[in-house]
Amino acid sequence: MADRPRTLVEKIWDDHVVASEPGAPAILAIDLHLVHEVTSPQAFTGLRARGATVRRPGQTVATADHSIPTLDPSLPITDELARKQLAQIEANCREFGIPFHGKGSPTRGIVHVIGPELGLTQPGMTIVCGDSHTATHGAVGALAFGIGTSEIEMVLATQTLLQRKPKTFQVEVTGRLQPGVGAKDVILALIARIGVGGGTGHVFEYTGEAIRALSMEARMTLCNMSIEGGARAGLVAPDETTFAYIKGRPYAPKGAEWTAAVARWRALPSDPGAAYDRSIVIDGDKLEPMVTYGTNPGMGVSIGGRIPAPADVDPAAREELERALAYMGLEAGRSIAGQKLDVVFIGSCTNGRIEDMRAAASVLNGHHVAPGLRVLVVPGSQQVKAQAEREGLDSVFRAAGAEWRESGCSMCIAMNGDQLEPGQYGISTSNRNFQGRQGKGGRTFLASPLTAAASAITGVVTDPRTFASLASPAAATQAASPAAEAN
Amino acid sequence: MPEPFSTVTSRVIPIPRANVDTDQICPARFLKITDKAGLADALFFDWRFTPDGAKRVPPSFIDEPRNAGRQILLVGDNFGSGSSREHAPWALRAWGIRAIFSTSFADIFKGNALKNALLPIVVTPERHAALTAALAASPDGEWTVDLASQKVTLPGGDSFDFEIDPFARKMILAGTDEIGYVLSQLPAIEAWEAAHPARVDTREGAAAR
Repeated sequence: MADRPRTLVEKIWDDHVVASEPGAPAILAIDLHLVHEVTSPQAFTGLRARGATVRRPGQTVATADHSIPTLDPSLPITDELARKQLAQIEANCREFGIPFHGKGSPTRGIVHVIGPELGLTQPGMTIVCGDSHTATHGAVGALAFGIGTSEIEMVLATQTLLQRKPKTFQVEVTGRLQPGVGAKDVILALIARIGVGGGTGHVFEYTGEAIRALSMEARMTLCNMSIEGGARAGLVAPDETTFAYIKGRPYAPKGAEWTAAVARWRALPSDPGAAYDRSIVIDGDKLEPMVTYGTNPGMGVSIGGRIPAPADVDPAAREELERALAYMGLEAGRSIAGQKLDVVFIGSCTNGRIEDMRAAASVLNGHHVAPGLRVLVVPGSQQVKAQAEREGLDSVFRAAGAEWRESGCSMCIAMNGDQLEPGQYGISTSNRNFQGRQGKGGRTFLASPLTAAASAITGVVTDPRTFASLASPAAATQAASPAAEAN
Repeated sequence: MPEPFSTVTSRVIPIPRANVDTDQICPARFLKITDKAGLADALFFDWRFTPDGAKRVPPSFIDEPRNAGRQILLVGDNFGSGSSREHAPWALRAWGIRAIFSTSFADIFKGNALKNALLPIVVTPERHAALTAALAASPDGEWTVDLASQKVTLPGGDSFDFEIDPFARKMILAGTDEIGYVLSQLPAIEAWEAAHPARVDTREGAAAR
């Protein structure tokens, strides 16, 4: 098997197969299990019922992000169910010996932000979490995917999962991204092209010149939304950018272990001639800022585009588009730019990292948000929040009239009180525009932090390239400055 | 522990929608529970009720009076996309659904459904069209799904075979718990762990900071 050229995914897979009986899925070893308050309680209950323990608490880590308020943390949590859920994860972690980055901890945050930020997420690992955006961690060259609660219980009890080997899907992005275009636009363009089920049964591996040029955080944005294209995981092969990002982080290998780890990681990238089950090429030079108009992330157009008419699409998709436009209250044929907004949300595991905060601030600096518009900026972790405050970004947001919050999933999933009201339009840097996702009856346009920030100034969906502050977009979207982020 | 499950015979609810995401199946605000109680009411909640909480007129699919008690769904492509929440199959099971026919299911949903003895049955687009036509012709006809023989029988006696993950099938038929199966191979896990030192120790962080 070692003679045949293998892909990155195949190498990680082969490294982690514990056993595989004919006809049965493989037993796959899991290196890191991330846990949060929403999908884990029933798994701990199951564990308790079978009298089991957590097999590897030292390879398990928990935080509170989904239902936690982003308001002043000294205030009591008024939602009784959320309060109970948050108390439960704390109690479960205490009972089973799992490290918990909870309320009040400077290292708390969205599970997919704190994993890489703490250096827990490393190349070549298998990483799982009861959350579909676990694909984020694929940015460092790890096989990372979302699991259900039954599988959480499985991993807690055995530190393994029963898995069938996934197929591979190469997504090559050639050329160079233009100013004002970033990872969010790449992934929205991919999903618009292949559809929300296009990657089902596959794992994406993102390759090509445009991907190599992305910072680690931009790669996280990209991999994060793999699930929106139907792929359970998405990876970028580790390279110098990866190693520079990880080095010196709290849980990163140190000294001789670091040298050995980097040597191991250098062997991970797909071999020349390795075969993928499917592949697609996207011309990075031609990509433009993307915005969604509909009720799934595949319903997107470039910022200069128009909302498609049901008559112009494949007959099989016609009714779905009609329903989406009816829900969104949008007229076919109109430009996506200029659509009116009530709310702007900047944050989430997709775009809640320090580079995203910097990108949004670079546009908002010196401007004020449009009258009547609510603008919510929610850092992805307490460390992102602290870093942004050290850089004075919070002052930029506040001066512009935006709200600056504690970290959490917030309006991406609308479980913590941060939500759209029925009928409201929001432009959001998050990952899902499903009906009701950001609040019952709420209507979402998905976009990049640059586009969301530009739209915050005008109050309508706006091309970020119209703002002069984007003169140096590489600095805003792709600046990798691990030194500035390290604590 | 799951109960062994083999056969369901029921009338069918058609939901001719593609890309039904798990936020539609079970909206996020119902995920604040710490057990599995009350999820039947959450099923397709925002399709069934207006933002003010009134039942929609006409009623949504599962609320149509004729569809009460039906245990089989016929749905569009890519059912269960989006969030990994197992609350989606829990809500479907709590409502009484045991089998779903589609041309495709999202990966995580499919796995979650099988772990809850909810059968995701994949059919070809041609078969799906034929089933849709059969259901339109005989909206109150009963279909039988037999997991043991992997056979679907339609009203009038027509039948066809279906594919399903053979391991999951075995588990569901026997009502066996997958964790028990894996724990029976503990020596293999121990051997792997002995040969592969842990890459991180999440308990060490405090000292490193």
